[in-house]
This record gives sequence, C-alpha cells and structure tokens, in this order.
Amino acid sequence: MSPYEAILLTIITASTPLLLAAIGELVVERSGVLNLGIEGMMVMGAVCGFVAAHVTGSAWVGVMAATFAGIATSLLFGLLTQTLMTNQVATGLAITLLGLGLSGLIGSGFVGLPGVKLANVSIPWLSELPYVGRLVFGQDPLVYISIALTVGVAYVLKNTRVGLIIRAVGQNHHSAHALGYRVVAVRYACIAFGGATSGLAGAYLSLVYTPQWIENMTAGRGWIALALVVFSTWLPARLAAGAYLFGGVWILGLYAQGMGMGIPSQLLSALPYIATILALVIISTNRRLSVINTPASLGQGFVPDR
Amino acid sequence: MQLILEKRAQASGLMNLCSPMLAILLTVVMGGLIFAAMGKPPLTALYIYFIDPLTSWWSIEEVLVKAGPLVLIGVGLAVCFKANVWNIGAEGQFTAGALMGAIIPVLWGEWQSPFALVAMLFLGALGGALFAFIPAWLKTRFGVNEILTSLMLVYIAQLLLDWMVRGPWNDPHGYNFPKSASFEGWHLLPMWGDGRMHLGLVVSLVAALVLFWVMRHTLKGFEINVVGSAPRAGAFAGFSQTKMVWFCFALSGGLAGLAGLIEVAGPVGQLQPHISPNYGFTAIIVAFLGRLNPLGVIFAGLLLAISYIGGEGVQIELGISDKTTQVFQGMLLFFILMCDTLILYRLKWISTNPGQQTTGNAS
Repeated sequence: MSPYEAILLTIITASTPLLLAAIGELVVERSGVLNLGIEGMMVMGAVCGFVAAHVTGSAWVGVMAATFAGIATSLLFGLLTQTLMTNQVATGLAITLLGLGLSGLIGSGFVGLPGVKLANVSIPWLSELPYVGRLVFGQDPLVYISIALTVGVAYVLKNTRVGLIIRAVGQNHHSAHALGYRVVAVRYACIAFGGATSGLAGAYLSLVYTPQWIENMTAGRGWIALALVVFSTWLPARLAAGAYLFGGVWILGLYAQGMGMGIPSQLLSALPYIATILALVIISTNRRLSVINTPASLGQGFVPDR
Repeated sequence: MQLILEKRAQASGLMNLCSPMLAILLTVVMGGLIFAAMGKPPLTALYIYFIDPLTSWWSIEEVLVKAGPLVLIGVGLAVCFKANVWNIGAEGQFTAGALMGAIIPVLWGEWQSPFALVAMLFLGALGGALFAFIPAWLKTRFGVNEILTSLMLVYIAQLLLDWMVRGPWNDPHGYNFPKSASFEGWHLLPMWGDGRMHLGLVVSLVAALVLFWVMRHTLKGFEINVVGSAPRAGAFAGFSQTKMVWFCFALSGGLAGLAGLIEVAGPVGQLQPHISPNYGFTAIIVAFLGRLNPLGVIFAGLLLAISYIGGEGVQIELGISDKTTQVFQGMLLFFILMCDTLILYRLKWISTNPGQQTTGNAS
C-alpha cells in the first residue's frame, strides 16, 4: 500500500463517525429541533455496540445494538422536548451528561477487553486493484452506509414529499400544523433518525476505529458534528465535504505527532477543536450563507392549540 | 381517557419549589432501581450514597470542600442562563484561571507575602474572564453560537494545561512527573479544620450572597431578567443584548477562573493534568437545580457535592464503579427539567370521545 493510500484510508476512517453523527443531526435540525445530545447518544452507541459485539462475538449484532441504543437515548430527548416542552439546549446537555455517565457505568467491566472489529468489504479482483482498489472497494461497510445515508438524505430532503414536510415543519411549525401535518410526530421521527445515526457513529468508534471500549472515547466528536451541521449551512453535500475536511485535520495532527517535528503534541491534538472554531467563524461571517438555510423554527418547542 | 398538558394561566410558584424535591425523589428511586439491577442491596447503597457523607465531621468537611467550587461556578452560570446566554465552557475557564493564577507561585516562587495570594486570586479571576471573552467576542462580533465555541475551548484549555505541566512549568525537582512545583507558604489558601477546609468556601458563600442581592435589588439584576425572558422588551427598554453577552461571560468566566485558582491553591496545591472532577459541567446541573437563583445554588451545590462523596463511598464499600456519580448527576438534571414542566403546565385527564372533549381554560 502506498503512503498516499494509507493516509486517505485513515482520513476516511476519521471522517466517517463525524459524517454519520452529523447527517442525522442535519435532519433533526431541518425539522426545527436542536439536539445537543449527540455526544451522549454517540457514547451510548459506542458502549452498547462494544458490549453486544463482545458478548455475542458478532460485530453486526454490535452495530444493531448501537443503533437501538442511539434511538432509545434520542427518544428520551424527544419525550422531554416534544411532549414535556422542556428547553432543548438544557435537555441536550442533560442527555450528554447522562450518556457519558451511563456509558461509563455500563462499560466499567469491559475496559481493556479485546473487541470485535467489523470486517472490511472484500470483493474478489475489484478490491485488489492497484491504487483505487482498497480505497473504493475495500472499506468497512459503515463507510458505504454513511455515504448512502448522505445521498439518501440529500435526495429525500430535496425531491420528496416527506422531505418537504420535514422542511415545512422546521420552517414554520404553525403553518405546517394548520396544513394538517403532525408536527410533533414528524419531529419525533426525525429525532429517532438522528439517534440511530449517532448510535452508528458510536459503533464506528468502538467497532472499527479503535475496536475496544475506552471511557469518553467520543472525545468531543459529537460536538464537532454539531458544528459541522452549522458549517454545512444545512446542506448534505457541504456536510460531507466538511466531515472529510475535519477528518483530514484530525489525521494531519496524528501524522505530525508521529513525525515529531518539535511541535507540542498537545497543540496538534487541539487542532480539530481550533479548526472547529475557525470553521464556525468563517461560516458565520458570511451572513447570507448562514441565514438562508437556517430552519426558522430551530430550537423552538411547538404546543398545538386545542 | 387521555393525559394531556394544559398551560397554566400563570407560572406556579408552588411547583417552582416542589419541582427540585420531586426531581431528587425520582433520582433516588431510579438510583435504587439501578443499584438493584446491578445486584447490590439498594437501600444500603442509597444510605451509603446520600446519608453516610453527613454522619461524620470528616466527610462533612469533604462535602463542603467539594461544594465550594460548585457553588462559585454555579452562581455565575445561573446568572448567565437567566440572561439566556449559554456558557457551557466553565470547565475551560476554570482551567484557564488556575493557569493564570499559578503564574505567581511558578515564576515568582520567592515572593512570599499576603499580597501574593491576593494577586493570585485576582489573576485567577482575570484568566477565567479573559478565556470567556473568546466565545463572547466571537458571538458579538461574528454571531458564532457560544455553546459550541465555549465547549471547544474546554478541550483546548485542558490540552494547554497538560502541555504546561509536562513542558515549560514542569517541576525541575519532580522526577519528570507531570506536575508543577508544589505551592508553598502564602501561595496556598489559609486552611482550618482537619486541614481541608479553606478560605475558598467563604469566597463561594460571599459570591452567592452578593449575586442574590444584585439579582433581587439592583437595576442590573432586573436587566438580566428582562433580557433573558423577553429580549424584545429588553431592547425597547434600551438594554443592550451585546453588552449582556459580555457581562455574562465576564461574570461566569471570572467566577469559574477564581474557582480554578482556589482549587489549585487549596485542595490540590500544585498544577497537574487533572485538577477538576468535572466541576465546570456539574455546575450546570447545580445552576438548574438551584432554580437559577443564587441562594438555591448554595443548596444545590451541597447536594451535588454529596453525590461526589457518596459515589466514592459506594465504590469503596460496595465495589460499585465511581461512574455512578455521573449517572446520578445526569439523572438529576434530566428529572429536574422534566419536573419543571409542571411549573408552566398542569396534567389533565381528558376524554378521548370527541363529543365530550373539554376545552379547558383559555390561556
């Protein structure tokens, strides 16, 4: 494998969890809900995925468990914000704090145990092609799922009736309600979708990226995913580009550390967080770009008049 | 029959007080269920968790030492959240304050005088405030969401601290352990009791009382309430949203930085990679549990402090992971938000038969 191939492969591995978590949140935010609990849902997915895979020996069971864990956590968020009308910012924080604690408790007996790695796809002949074989045909299945999800979300939001309803609910929930759409139900569905992809993102960390359980192994990726959604101005294509850019920054830091160029390793570890802040500044300075797609009802609860 | 939420004509003052109690009760019940699910005796575990820390003078002191930083950070955040400014990076400002205040013991170790301690306290608060000015500036100048930037800065501050104690500020006589030289003499806070209680507790109490007075009796307090609950009305009254963001970050960042300095100049006594058991994040829960009211924050800080000591207790006596602390804290915030719904809404049974549907009070 040539060095450039190796670097591209690691960039894809670093970007995929960001893309998975962010594409779900993009749908959630398009429906007008701000779920700050990604970090919590992701870490729950990571621990449940690891434990299920470790116990059954099957990585796919782990992936399923992670997805369900993500959905379950997100429905808690839905119950509070959609049914009980709690503040979305505070509830998202609660989900993150609870998820980080609960995952630590669930995983306390599993620290340091060997994990099960999700096997890479291998297509005879195609995967062995020089240069592009491993890159295009030899990734792990979740990479393909993340790309399929991104394309799917882009298509559904832009071209289908379901996408139109989601956007309507996010733009003006009163009008959507008056038209007869069930605002709360639509939002619940979007929140559950966001939970599922966050769970998958967690599974990616504990079943592919580093196949073991480490406490707080999400390391702020959930928050970076949130920033990516803002950075993408709620457009899936731009989101994918942003995710790969960030994965690149992450890997750049790791490689620079490996080469030991005299730069403090802590500065390199801080690169993704610094880059996130810079990206947010760049996108926010462009008013037109950042306002044009912002869902107008983002973060506001909806109480139907009875 | 179907259970619905009906908006109250007026926020319920009774529920405002009862909701935290209800939330604590629900947390205890859920906690018992979790202990039972782990195969531990639930009642014994709950006793060790919540009552045991209050049965000996030694552990009461420990509770107070933990409550100190929680209250100090919590009161700042309470004012912030009241004004609808979301600073969730107090953990980073705590670290920045500790670093800035440590300039004196690390670089001017020979300057021994009470003024050195005063200067440290001042620098600690300044460090926290300056670090909090980053999200404030980004928010007011570029319109960047303060939640994400303040949180990203937590990671950056922790990495900065890590670099400082391993690199430039590493103790030359410390056998390469990641720590700074130990603080000595006037670079440590006066201590009393069995040697853990320190001056910082007084600072926390005074800060809470002063902020209670400010919020209740001054124009600034009124401004914070108006801008937070009705931004448009605030704008008409001539209150500037931008100035409010700066004020809130300066206050909460300064108090968090002060708490950080007090922690390293008190219980910790030196700089090291980990100086805080998540105080900055736990203080968010403290602020909400305390009803965003500085007096309430004092009680909430004490309760959350018990959860730290209780968590250590069940770990030692029953071998339960110390992660239970974080679970209890997370559940508490969760239930408090849930119960707060009852302040603005009341539960009501309605008939699902459309013919007899009650319309309820118009509101």
